Amino acid sequence: MASALNLTWHQYRLERRMFWRNPVAAFFNFVLPLLFLAFFGAVFSANQRNLDIIVPGIAGMSVMSTTFVALAFNTTFLREQGVLKRIRGTPMPESSYLGALALSAVTNTVLQIGIVTVAGRFAFGTGWPRDWGALIVFVALGVACFAALGVALSHAIPNFESAAVYVNVIFLPMLFVSGTVYDATKEPLFLRDLADALPLKHLIDGLSGAMVKGQGLTANGTALAVLAVWTALAIALAVRGFSWEARRG
Amino acid sequence: MVVSDLAIDVRGLRKSYGAVEAVRGIDFAVARGEVFGLLGPNGAGKTSTVEILEGYRQRSGGDVTVLGKDPARRERDLRARMGIVLQSSGIYRHLSVRETLTHWARIYPAPREVEEVIALAGLESKAAERTRRLSGGQLRRLDFALALIGDPELIFLDEPTTGFDPAARRAAWETVRALRGLGKTILLTTHYLDEAEALADRVAIIKDGRILVEGRPDELGGEGTTGRYRVSYVERGETVARETDDPTALLNELTSAALARGERLERLRVTQPSLEDVYLELTADEQVGDADADRDQAVVGG
Repeated sequence: MASALNLTWHQYRLERRMFWRNPVAAFFNFVLPLLFLAFFGAVFSANQRNLDIIVPGIAGMSVMSTTFVALAFNTTFLREQGVLKRIRGTPMPESSYLGALALSAVTNTVLQIGIVTVAGRFAFGTGWPRDWGALIVFVALGVACFAALGVALSHAIPNFESAAVYVNVIFLPMLFVSGTVYDATKEPLFLRDLADALPLKHLIDGLSGAMVKGQGLTANGTALAVLAVWTALAIALAVRGFSWEARRG
Repeated sequence: MVVSDLAIDVRGLRKSYGAVEAVRGIDFAVARGEVFGLLGPNGAGKTSTVEILEGYRQRSGGDVTVLGKDPARRERDLRARMGIVLQSSGIYRHLSVRETLTHWARIYPAPREVEEVIALAGLESKAAERTRRLSGGQLRRLDFALALIGDPELIFLDEPTTGFDPAARRAAWETVRALRGLGKTILLTTHYLDEAEALADRVAIIKDGRILVEGRPDELGGEGTTGRYRVSYVERGETVARETDDPTALLNELTSAALARGERLERLRVTQPSLEDVYLELTADEQVGDADADRDQAVVGG
């Protein structure tokens, strides 16, 4: 029998092929953050201080949309459509299958961060990231955190029709309070407190440090710690409530 | 290790969901190479039973062996030897029929040839088509194909022809017969009595989580039913029907009496109850019981 790793690879390649064949998924996962980047980049093109904020901000949005949004939708869809059930009836190890889904999401993250980085260097004057190590650590932690949160959220979504409401009621406000396209420190205090409690702002702080400010990991220790706590909580929720089948009725 | 000639062995199986007992202690065994039909109305416990055998659900009690193993342990090796026909769910919409089967073939240790399975399912003309463009009947054939691709020893067919037109149904029946011809063991659940009669070597009728009667479709009707044979004739314009376990003796009695009177028994017929008669009688008994329960309820309530 094919090894578990081999099957992960085959499933991963299949997921990639299907991703590009589904224009809706490709648009929401891929094109939307880049449209944001192009739009706000054009609006703030005269002001380097603003550009320095939106490049890591959009990078943070990319992490969240390719993991949290994509997996909340996908897990709900795959569960409701019975794909998870069908896979579970085959000799494919569960870990191979879920690993392939996660890898596919991470591929989108890496592609997007790559595009944002290149755009930052050549279009928005932020230059190459100052600290590649810190960038990798924050992207990896952000992926783990938001992927797990996306899977965890899917447990609460009753059906695919309502998935957009559940996802966007979290995604859009978090996007706006966390300073994706403006300086979050200029927000009113209660919004700042809210942003501080949520993970996205800390991811963006870390990405900003790595991409623009040249701060290493130690300078953003708090952000790292908050993200790590959210990640642990999210993984626990994602694993605990996981179901291979849709609820009945 | 002793290789059992039983593909499925179920002893005292129970399944509860909270306070609701869906399966209340059932026993049955399916021999290798046999087509076994589980018949019953919705909510009878068919699906719970089958999903426990498939390894999708954990049982609450009893012993279950599938191909010599406990399905609850979900060993890859066991899953590689069974094929599950789901009802058109969980099919990748953006892949073609051939791509889907090629991917599925990789999951199994000794798959059948993809093209051979496409032909067996009658999907040759649709092999390159994306699955979202398939009709309902074609999707069900893909279900079959996905269950066969791993060349399983045991195949679970859950309501395999629900929603089929008569021609598609015939074709599906032929496929099931072909699989039986290959020596596969098949566990079939169905609402359709004629389907069970046409395909199953043995049938169990399940209701309220219990097996009411089990046996060959043409022999069912012994236990729990009033008579195995029905003798009817017309006397002075009225149809007379009598039920008996021994039609020879009854016929002798009736015909000699008629001969002695110098009469003929018009339209004399001896019929065996069909599976449908047995099924309707068994479920009708239950419904009378339910009606009694309702009445009791009403009296208590009043």
